[in-house]
Amino acid sequence: MASLNEHDILALLEEVKDPEIPVLSLIDLGVIRKVEVNDQKVKVEMTPTFVGCPAMDYMKNDVIDVLKKQGIEAEVEISFKTPWSSDLISEKGKAALKKFGLAPPPDSKIFTDLEILESAICPRCERDNTELKNPFGPTLCRAIYYCHDCKEAFEQFKPV
Amino acid sequence: MNTEALKELLYKMADDQLILGHRNSEWTGFGPILEEDIAFSSMAQDKIGHSLALYTFLEELGEQDPDTVAFTRHASQFHNCTLVELPNGEYDFSLIRHFLYDTAEALRFESLRQSSFEPLAQVATKIRGELRYHTMHANTWVKQLGSATTESIHRLQKSLDYALPYALGIFEPSPLEHDIIKDGIFVGEEALKSQWMKKVEEVISQTKLRLPAWDTLTAMNGGRVGKHTEYLQPLLDEMSEVFKIDPTAEW
Repeated sequence: MASLNEHDILALLEEVKDPEIPVLSLIDLGVIRKVEVNDQKVKVEMTPTFVGCPAMDYMKNDVIDVLKKQGIEAEVEISFKTPWSSDLISEKGKAALKKFGLAPPPDSKIFTDLEILESAICPRCERDNTELKNPFGPTLCRAIYYCHDCKEAFEQFKPV
Repeated sequence: MNTEALKELLYKMADDQLILGHRNSEWTGFGPILEEDIAFSSMAQDKIGHSLALYTFLEELGEQDPDTVAFTRHASQFHNCTLVELPNGEYDFSLIRHFLYDTAEALRFESLRQSSFEPLAQVATKIRGELRYHTMHANTWVKQLGSATTESIHRLQKSLDYALPYALGIFEPSPLEHDIIKDGIFVGEEALKSQWMKKVEEVISQTKLRLPAWDTLTAMNGGRVGKHTEYLQPLLDEMSEVFKIDPTAEW
């Protein structure tokens, strides 16, 4: 334990996935903001994707459990010091989302200029002949689109 | 910083979010179309999440824990504006309320990013991004239905006329308003109201709806000091029904 550093903890946490998107690790999702190792104590700072995200407690317990399995006692703090943005999702995370069938979020900065996000890139055909059907979806972080080429609905991880 | 003034601001914001979140949740399973069912249910989840974050700040400032605060107070102890407690009515009223309230809320959190109370400034940055989806949703439907058929325009107009005096109650000033502004906690209700009026005018002008002259309206105040309509207590009774069966239960 004494020899563990921040990088070791982050490597272990790669195992913890988003409970609603099991291909995406919490690290790639960007919700793990900081890891501190001091003496025998590990402190993990996490931030929710959405303030009302009901999966937050679940993720927090997963982090504690995964480290406990390695004999590491960790303390998890939920904080808004670095508020989450979809821009914090890693490139690896975005590729995983696409493979899972969810359109990855575009750069959130476009959202400050556009009131309506009319189209997204369809994760199946990769074209943008699509239409926003609902800025809300099955979870707080997803919007629903329709692809006119595939003639099927798809979900996008919202830029925020 | 005047902590009492800060607490008062947090209470009214948190209570607004909790009560409107509850009203939104009443659309779950009853939306006019599936998409709207999903939208109002998602906004309910967002708003209740926002209220929890604000009640958590209050707990850190020495108030009781969020569940106790949410589920055990009587209507007269709530600081929400009366707009949010009104029954959902038909979809046209819920949509107009959502538009009027969330326009104000998005501007409020935009401004709170500069709050001298650092935790509030941090969470405001986050909430502001989430609220963009709420205002986008409201604006899209108000523009669409406000310019569609004779019936849709008539219905929205009727709900708008009914809701506006209550909406002005959002900006009922606090007795501690002076300290809230002086301490840099928030720009204050009057400043927010002017920004809100401009934004409401901007969206309504893109429809066939009419806004009455602002000076002909009288704000329905009282909510911020615990004077509520007959509709709040039954809402609270229903919301706290399960909690009150066993307040010590672990969930």
